[in-house]
Amino acid sequence: MKKANRTILTGLGAIALLTVVSVGAEALAGSVSGLSIMLAVLKKATVYSLLAVSMNLLNGFTGLFSLGQAGFMLVGAYTYAILTIPVAKRAGVYQYYDGGVVQFSLPEMFSGVLGGTVGPVVGMVAALLVCGALAAFFGWLIGLPVLRLKSDYLAIATLGFAEIMRTFIQFEGFAPLTNGSNTLRQYTTFKHLYPYVIVVGICILLLVLLVNSSYGRAFKAIRDDEIAAEAMGINLAKHKMMSFVISSFFAGVGGGLMAMYTSSVQAKGFTAAMTYEILLMVVIGGIGSITGSILASFLFIGCSEWWLRFLDDSANNIGGMKLLAPGFRMVVFSVIVMIIVLFFRRGIMGSKELPDLFKKRQGKEGTR
Amino acid sequence: MSVILQLLNVLPAALLAGVSAGGQYALIALGYTMVYGILRLINFAHGDIFTVAGFVMFYAVTAMPVYLAIPVTILLTVLLGFTVERLAYKPLRSAPRMSVMISAIGVSYLLQNLMWYITGGQPQQYPVIPWISDKIQIFGQETKRVTVITPLLTVALILLLLVLIKRTKLGLAMRAASRDFETARLMGVKINSVISMTFVIGSFLAAVGSFLFFSNYSTVSPTVGTMPGLKAFVAAVFGGIGSIPGAVVGGFLIGICENLIRAMGYSTFSDAFTFALLILVLCLKPTGLFGEKLEEKV
Repeated sequence: MKKANRTILTGLGAIALLTVVSVGAEALAGSVSGLSIMLAVLKKATVYSLLAVSMNLLNGFTGLFSLGQAGFMLVGAYTYAILTIPVAKRAGVYQYYDGGVVQFSLPEMFSGVLGGTVGPVVGMVAALLVCGALAAFFGWLIGLPVLRLKSDYLAIATLGFAEIMRTFIQFEGFAPLTNGSNTLRQYTTFKHLYPYVIVVGICILLLVLLVNSSYGRAFKAIRDDEIAAEAMGINLAKHKMMSFVISSFFAGVGGGLMAMYTSSVQAKGFTAAMTYEILLMVVIGGIGSITGSILASFLFIGCSEWWLRFLDDSANNIGGMKLLAPGFRMVVFSVIVMIIVLFFRRGIMGSKELPDLFKKRQGKEGTR
Repeated sequence: MSVILQLLNVLPAALLAGVSAGGQYALIALGYTMVYGILRLINFAHGDIFTVAGFVMFYAVTAMPVYLAIPVTILLTVLLGFTVERLAYKPLRSAPRMSVMISAIGVSYLLQNLMWYITGGQPQQYPVIPWISDKIQIFGQETKRVTVITPLLTVALILLLLVLIKRTKLGLAMRAASRDFETARLMGVKINSVISMTFVIGSFLAAVGSFLFFSNYSTVSPTVGTMPGLKAFVAAVFGGIGSIPGAVVGGFLIGICENLIRAMGYSTFSDAFTFALLILVLCLKPTGLFGEKLEEKV
């Protein structure tokens, strides 16, 4: 069987398995008290795993150190929210701007054609695709000037673009469209965990296929040595742009999913700090490893939101110490992150993938 | 016509505020540019060190009089800069540049979370430093004395810094290290102490900048330093990162432009303008106004 076909089959199998697991996890979280936080963590981590993988495509596979992720997520999140607020609720959301200029909602339009059960889902997926397309368009626009820059200059320029986008979205002149600096809310979202898993799974599968294709090999060649890659006949500008646009596309989709997860969006939340968090996930997982990024985002969100929670509770202090207080969790967590960054620089997976680990073990057993 | 008249009316005040803001940016930008000159590292944690200086001052005045609090703040900030370099950047000396940059981002993350923990995330009222916070009249405008002092102090400090770099042995070692790391080491330059001194000087300037900035801005919160930090970085890039006169010119230029834009009534775009300027400079002259030319070796 061709390698690509095998990857597709394995990927689809994994998605199916994870879907079943997520339905189970949701049932578990609903029935056991105190586990409701697990569902929130799983949703957030699923969304972040797509964001981390899309950043890894740029930073890990193409060697373009970009820090513009938050900007593309912002575009995605706003696009999603604007396209899916039900028409009846628009007057309430855009209360200062006469209900805004957009007077349709994709889920409602599709449910008019396809019925009440399939329609909204198709509408939401269509909205996510628009998120990606718009973010990709912005990626292309930004890529034109900045992709000529190298390493840290590229990082700063993309960071600057993310900040510019944040300012423009809050601009009063666009307010009938973007609601200015007010929140967008009450839009349609996925109610359960499994749709997140399916959408993210398919996106990541597409990224895996891309990385394993001849384009992916060109990306890696550019990462390893630009001049050598150019000498081998790889069109640098074209491939860098392709990687940048594709990464922006998935960052946009991730932004849309993030809007769903948070159920309200406001531009001022999409700061450079958000990009830094995703970058740290990529680093912890191993730069250049897709499964590493996925694992790392679950560990990252799990640690920062859930498993270290007890550190925030001042009731847990032992013997009159006042160490444990709100915020201490994040201090401990950032120290852990620093230890990984300093002493385990290759991250959890290095540049290996999860299946590689099993292969190696099989190989060893074979020789024995 | 009326637009021009209106501009002329607000021009003196905007220029004054711009020169003042520019001075603060220049002081922070020097920290970025000196570190970049030697380590080729964008020290993302520099803006947070600046914020920490603000908080240290806030806590210091509750325990001691102001004239003691100021040197204590400077001392602690310098110590923090030194410690950060020793703990987070020194172990990565032989690592790829990106690893050090990621470490800097990690330090910034840690410092912000630490500040959040200690302060409970509440913005704090910055203490009033007597004399420099007094109101004075200038060009028919009422303003704080700090607005006038900032550019003067900035220029004085920069002249001092230039003397240090051009005339002393330490300055010679710094210049040697920024020219060629390995050769400087072979010539007997103690590279680690030179780098530490760079961080000490950078943090000292950030502490001075924080007195001036927060006296104007008056509240300190854990993330307040991010924006001035980024803008100071833009200033450093604009002037040509690694170049000290470049950072100063860049700082003043950005401060003035920003305040002019604000005075014309487009305050939403003042931040966007700074970054647009950055991208424009990077695309037209990637090494900045006074930057050295970088060559790629095969």
